[in-house]
Amino acid sequence: MNAPAYNFAYLDEQTKRMIRRAILKAIAIPGYQVPFASREMPMPYGWGTGGVQVTAAILGPQDVLKVIDQGSDDTTNAISIRKFFGKTAGVATTTSTTDATVIQTRHRIPEAPLHAGQVLVYQVPIPEPLRFLEPRETETRRMHALAEYGLMHVKLYEDIARFGHIATSYAYPVKVNARYVMDPSPTPKFDNPKMDNCPALQLFGAGREKRIYAIPPHTDVVSLDFEDHPFTRYRFNAPCALCGAGDSYLDEIVTDDKGGRMFVCSDTDYCESRRLAGHRGSESAAPHKERAHG
Amino acid sequence: MTTVAELPAGFADKVLSAQSTFRSVMDAMARPGSAQRVTASVGAPAGMMRGAAAIALTLFDHDTPIWLDAAMSATPDVAKWLKFHASAPVVADSSIASFALVGDAKNLPTLDRFAFGSNEYPDKSTTLILQAESLTQGPTFEMKGPGIEGTALLQAMLQPRDLFQRLTINEALFPRGIDVVLVHDDLIVAIPRTTRLVASGA
Repeated sequence: MNAPAYNFAYLDEQTKRMIRRAILKAIAIPGYQVPFASREMPMPYGWGTGGVQVTAAILGPQDVLKVIDQGSDDTTNAISIRKFFGKTAGVATTTSTTDATVIQTRHRIPEAPLHAGQVLVYQVPIPEPLRFLEPRETETRRMHALAEYGLMHVKLYEDIARFGHIATSYAYPVKVNARYVMDPSPTPKFDNPKMDNCPALQLFGAGREKRIYAIPPHTDVVSLDFEDHPFTRYRFNAPCALCGAGDSYLDEIVTDDKGGRMFVCSDTDYCESRRLAGHRGSESAAPHKERAHG
Repeated sequence: MTTVAELPAGFADKVLSAQSTFRSVMDAMARPGSAQRVTASVGAPAGMMRGAAAIALTLFDHDTPIWLDAAMSATPDVAKWLKFHASAPVVADSSIASFALVGDAKNLPTLDRFAFGSNEYPDKSTTLILQAESLTQGPTFEMKGPGIEGTALLQAMLQPRDLFQRLTINEALFPRGIDVVLVHDDLIVAIPRTTRLVASGA
């Protein structure tokens, strides 16, 4: 009796209006971080409270939701957020990238190409790309206002001076629409090229830091680099041990205490659909077949 | 004098209508020049198109000062309706308005009467909601910018006739600027501050 009744998609309507206004301004000014009055959510900071609020503000009953955590549909964070919206909004959920209309992600962009009409919602821990270079918000605001991004190039240059190459491997800074330098959230830099001219709308929500920003579809997104040290993707030099993919981003999995390891696709949906299509890797056994009882 | 009981209704279904309207506005903003349809059933006061009324109920509340043009404030109905359904304060000073509702766009004041935002906070700008004569017929406008693959074509009867010319200040001001949402009946088209006119013709 008297089970707690939530508004559709958990958030109250005033909060949704406030977030929706922020999203519209974020789309109108690509890469600019719009402050918003982030709410306390029934999950701790760092579990995607920003992404969850953005998803809650855009989600409708017709939507099909996919949630991934480091590419995986099966981890705790992904499952609990999917269940959260299944419960509070009653939306259909899926693990298939192509079937989803809204994809909430923590730190990966799916391997399967996104299409128009999809919305990719990123969970962002620290939205300010300049934060570790300049701790004062008043200063970073001014740097963005003046498009004063020399400091970021100095940081990348220091990487080269110290390591011989740009060693930043995730949260690799990008310039959006030739104006704002933006933190793409801690996605591996392997995913950066997928943000450029993407047909889907990309929204970013940072709950603790109270910022929303966006990349409209078909927008120029350039990874910062130097002429003599151009941006490069990074991927382990191995095929996926389960599906044999030679083009996907790989996770390294330690399999014993004798140095044994294997590389598998980080995008579980991509890996599974490849295996369903008959692709096999070095570690994949023949598919299990049910035997009819005699 | 209209009493509250005589005011036109708002959304039939507050929550889901606001959601579907927002998605139309979001899609319009993300794909400038493309016409999106507002499907929610909504009541509207005289002088206000359905699309404009739906946007108002979706985005306006006590946090958003609203400026009304002469056509919208000709009768107190629109202000009353906004106050009752959205609790939105109607202000006389357009430079502090979050949204401007323009019923008769022919007499649109010069854009510098509205808020452009600051360089630090360019989001603190006025969004113009202009009611247009048509968003399917009329002169052609070819646009480019973020959200548009190549160029986008819009056929519309727009007032003021030099709207795009006026909006060229967005180029010089960026990231400050004015975002426009055009409404005709239940169709909406957005022209965010990043959109540039490539060509126009009859």
